[in-house]
Amino acid sequence: MLKTAIRKNAKTYMMLIAMLAIWFLFSWMTDGSYLTPRNLSNLFRQTAITGILAMGMVFVIITGEIDLSVGSLMGLLGGVAAVMDVWLGMPLYVTIIVTLLCGFLLGLWNGFWVAFRHVPSFIVTLAGMLAFRGVLVGMSKGTTIAPVSSGLTQLGQSYLPVGIGYSVAVAVLALMVVSAVRGRKSRVEYGLPVPTVAKEVRKLTLFGVVILFATFLMNSYRGIPTPVLIMMTLIGVLTYVANKTTFGRRLYAIGGNIEAARLSGVNVERMKLFTYAMNGTLVAVAGLILTSRLGAASPSMGNMAELDAIAACVIGGTSMAGGVGTVIGTLVGALVMASLDNGMSMMDIATFWQYIVKGMILLLAVWMDVSSKKQA
Amino acid sequence: MSYLLEMQGISKDFSGIKALDNVFFNVKPAEVVSLCGENGSGKSTLMKVLTGVHPAGSYAGEITFNGKSLSAQSIKDSEAVGIAIIHQELALVKELSIMENIFLGSEIHSYGRINFNAMLQKTRELLKQVFLDVPPTTLVKHLGVGQQQLVEIAKALSKNASLLILDEPSSSLTESETKILLNIVCSLRERGVSCVYISHKLDEIMAISDRVCVIRDGLHIATKEIAELNQDRIIQMMVGREMANLFPREDHPIGDVVLEVRNCTAHDPWVQDIKRVDDVSFTVREGEILGISGLVGAGRTELMQCLFGCYPGSYDIEILLDNKPIKVRNSAEALRQRVAMVPEDRKRHGIIPGMSVAKNLSLANLLNYQQKMDCIDSSHEVADVLEYIKKLRVKTASPDLQIKSLSGGNQQKVVLAKNLLIGPKVLILDEPTRGVDVGAKYEIYKVMFELIREGISIIMVSSELPEVLGISDRVLVMHEGKLKGNFVNQDLTQEMIMESALGSCSDA
Repeated sequence: MLKTAIRKNAKTYMMLIAMLAIWFLFSWMTDGSYLTPRNLSNLFRQTAITGILAMGMVFVIITGEIDLSVGSLMGLLGGVAAVMDVWLGMPLYVTIIVTLLCGFLLGLWNGFWVAFRHVPSFIVTLAGMLAFRGVLVGMSKGTTIAPVSSGLTQLGQSYLPVGIGYSVAVAVLALMVVSAVRGRKSRVEYGLPVPTVAKEVRKLTLFGVVILFATFLMNSYRGIPTPVLIMMTLIGVLTYVANKTTFGRRLYAIGGNIEAARLSGVNVERMKLFTYAMNGTLVAVAGLILTSRLGAASPSMGNMAELDAIAACVIGGTSMAGGVGTVIGTLVGALVMASLDNGMSMMDIATFWQYIVKGMILLLAVWMDVSSKKQA
Repeated sequence: MSYLLEMQGISKDFSGIKALDNVFFNVKPAEVVSLCGENGSGKSTLMKVLTGVHPAGSYAGEITFNGKSLSAQSIKDSEAVGIAIIHQELALVKELSIMENIFLGSEIHSYGRINFNAMLQKTRELLKQVFLDVPPTTLVKHLGVGQQQLVEIAKALSKNASLLILDEPSSSLTESETKILLNIVCSLRERGVSCVYISHKLDEIMAISDRVCVIRDGLHIATKEIAELNQDRIIQMMVGREMANLFPREDHPIGDVVLEVRNCTAHDPWVQDIKRVDDVSFTVREGEILGISGLVGAGRTELMQCLFGCYPGSYDIEILLDNKPIKVRNSAEALRQRVAMVPEDRKRHGIIPGMSVAKNLSLANLLNYQQKMDCIDSSHEVADVLEYIKKLRVKTASPDLQIKSLSGGNQQKVVLAKNLLIGPKVLILDEPTRGVDVGAKYEIYKVMFELIREGISIIMVSSELPEVLGISDRVLVMHEGKLKGNFVNQDLTQEMIMESALGSCSDA
């Protein structure tokens, strides 16, 4: 059981090991200042935006499509948030709702052309990439919109109080326990074999230790950063969507063989439309956090972010051919990218080197993945 | 007698599981040897060993070709000595012409400049040899499947192959195309080219082979002269037991009309004027197996696609289920009305290769496992999956295995199970036993009879006349989109069906 579980997630584990190796390397090269709670907290905060973009992207890629517009879209939606907040002085909740709604609608726009007008997604979203950027520049008149209100700033810059951090961790654990108990009960009802209690307890304990240690780590700096909490919540929700819902199952089916999925009663067009809409909404979340973190919106905001997101998906084991990919893997991919950024910046490595190193790591990761598949 | 090819004591295993165990296989010059065996018996593995897909060193045993020891590291090495294999799945570039395909990778050129005239002339000669009468500059995508197969053979000949391996070449050919293919194999034999012929169709094997080699479970059963054999004997060697009856037909009651199709007309998706289905009406009764026969291209699959809501072009159809008119605009709606279809092309339309057996099996029925928050009731799902794996005797080590790792027959059973899981009233089977071996065929027929006893009605499209006659209660025959015959299967003969399939109208 454990062996098969390890083999099944071999990719994710390998990426985790690679990430730890990168961490220790940087730690050694920075005399230990890399692996301090302060820096790890920063690292996770930096991961949040790319991570959320990548989690939307991974669903799009699983259906066999691509979205090149998310960088520009994130900029535009961040800009919308700034306009609402700074120029129009709207209350925070209105800003958030309108931004999310805009993200949803622009995602629908992309999805409509891909799913119902059968324009290749590469082209649809390339067009979006140009057009959304244009709208942003026009809307902001080419200026930086600042300063955003203190309310909006909280979203990307605040930390959870220590007590609340621990409570959240405990709540998550409780949820895990409840769902494990429920799962067992339902398996028994259908006369299916259940794993031993000891095994489940071990699994939950391991999970509990990891989650409590991570919370402890964050709390020993300033508490769990709000954007990290948002990202973690989305990971939970989206993992559930991918693995446990009919929606998720059908997305994988579409990516695996679109014709077979259609003949099995899957409404392929509607699924693709919703995937893009979901992606757009997630981009809006990322845009809100970005504007909040920068305290402003600039016309070049989010430039090339789509490439980081795609890289994170691919490093995390997502297949560009569709049908294969996980939310957790994507998170690890985003963490790897952020770890490299963070470490190299700490070491004062010139920006041009950073680009070269990131490019080569991307190539290396996919090559390793491809060659490991050939052996099997 | 000296042999062109001798394979001696070939053994090959995949992580401990023996795929081939001490197999002997040989071919004389200018000889056609058929290789028979059920799916998964090791035929393909043996040919992969020969052609170097499994490189020398990964197997045990000796291969001698043309008097020289052969140790191919890749398919290039075996091609260089004159062995050519033509796969079931055609490997032609659709957007290139016949000529360009034939010379792909070995273009006639001087300093990189292609000599089109030389290639054109050579291609004409090659096409003449395979009786293909089309201009060499025709794009491959404009050819039928049968013609494409002939281009593959021409390509093999262009490389001066002395041994041609045909891997189930006729599985997607019409009867007349198959005849041409068999003629070509014979004429090649006269010119000294040997051929290994792999097929499930025994009449073809009887027609062209000099010798037949049978493999079962990786073991070499026997190689015999064709004169010593008949079809029953080959089947017996393949399955290792006497098959008393190929078709486990049982008497069963037939009830009232369940499904009625009225005036179905379908236009070609690209050329509006061509009618693929032309004003076809028919009925199906409860517990009835309705066979639909006809030549390839007669519009049978298109008719089924209209019924299942997945025809790609424009069409008109009236469907009455239990005497109530229903609307079927897409496959989801058909499934909701409990009309299910097992499609013709398993790889393209049936399976999702990278997904597990369980997830493939439950895909059409997902909505029945839906709980609040769109959550899948995984226990219910797994319980159903296990039940149907057992019911249809799907051979898989675990339901979590990727479906592509199963044999063709077992994949087909999973696709069938997927459609049974929705509890269909009417089940459409389009070529349910294509590319399926004798043993698995028998099991699929058995399942069909179990289903009609449960009151399900089955519509079976099939190109194999013995199957149509052996299984159906009633037979419809189509010709060029029109319904040409409606027979009750009593004293019905293959000749009568063929006659209507070729266009003469009859009703019995």
